[in-house]
Amino acid sequence: MEFTDDQVMRYSRHIILPEVGGKGQEKIAQAKVFIIGAGGLGCPVGFYLTAAGVGTIAMIDNDDVEMSNLQRQIAHRVDTIGMPKVESARNTFQALNPDVNIIALRQRISKHDILDLIKDYDVIVDGSDNFPTRYLVNDACVMARKPLVSGAILRFEGQVTTIIPGEGPCYRCLFEEPPPAGLVPSCQEAGVLGVLPGVIGGLQATEVLKIILQKGELLKGELLIYSALKTTFRKVKVPKNASCPVCGDTPTITELLDYDEDYCSLR
Amino acid sequence: MERKTVHKHIDIKGLVCPYTFVKSKLAIEGMEIGQVLEILLDSEEASNNIPKSMVDHGHTVLNVEKINDTDWLLLIRKEKE
Ligand SMILES: [Zn+2]
Repeated sequence: MEFTDDQVMRYSRHIILPEVGGKGQEKIAQAKVFIIGAGGLGCPVGFYLTAAGVGTIAMIDNDDVEMSNLQRQIAHRVDTIGMPKVESARNTFQALNPDVNIIALRQRISKHDILDLIKDYDVIVDGSDNFPTRYLVNDACVMARKPLVSGAILRFEGQVTTIIPGEGPCYRCLFEEPPPAGLVPSCQEAGVLGVLPGVIGGLQATEVLKIILQKGELLKGELLIYSALKTTFRKVKVPKNASCPVCGDTPTITELLDYDEDYCSLR
Repeated sequence: MERKTVHKHIDIKGLVCPYTFVKSKLAIEGMEIGQVLEILLDSEEASNNIPKSMVDHGHTVLNVEKINDTDWLLLIRKEKE
């Protein structure tokens, strides 16, 4: 791939890294990443992957921008309130880097379309804010054998893990079932420090680039837990569960499920 | 001095750091192991730094030569991908 003068300048701090170089930047330019959610996590993930020059970035989200999003969802602005989040984010990302092909999907992801939607993508990023979607995305990525970088945030704490189907454990090896709706924080309890998704989304974007570059060690078989209040990172080993209902030896979940939408999302 | 076979020549006069190294690195990435890259440049800083960085990346610096008042000529042999 021949870089233009602008691209040589734009990506120069990547190119001079021995682990990236022109060849790594070319891999980044050819990569296709699918991001679920254009909210707290999707915004920083999409922002940094756009800046990094990922060739194609799809984002899926059914919501419109609201004033209460702006405390943490950094791709949106006062003048995009009322606009679909995916369009608001696309405008921001396109203005940052016109090299990147941004695909905005304004829809809810469901068991009927997820496999078809993700089939042409190299890496999937879960930035969703609810358990039904988290489990749906996990199951779909295991079935489609797609690398998944999963992130979650609540209050002052966040988690990241990278799922490589066939190699490491999946989300269900860790938590077999979504928690019952009664145990999930209610809307009044579900606060979040505005900068927290920046930390967690930044970690997710880093994992995505390492998957694309095939460099370094991934958070495979590990859950990284960040506490903003304590300023600590903890890594918890997650073994692959041979009796996991989706990636175990004899899976009991062989087709995708939709859970109740009876959860408060961090809108 | 014995003249080495040069497989690729780049002129990066007028460029400043880090683009001097970025251009040199992109050039060498596109070559085969064992081939020699000749770099013409006019930045004293780059005449010191490019050889250092090339060694860090595992390549061999065959020659650094000031050829006139303003210009240097570097010869680098690619040793690894
Ligand atoms: Zn599993």
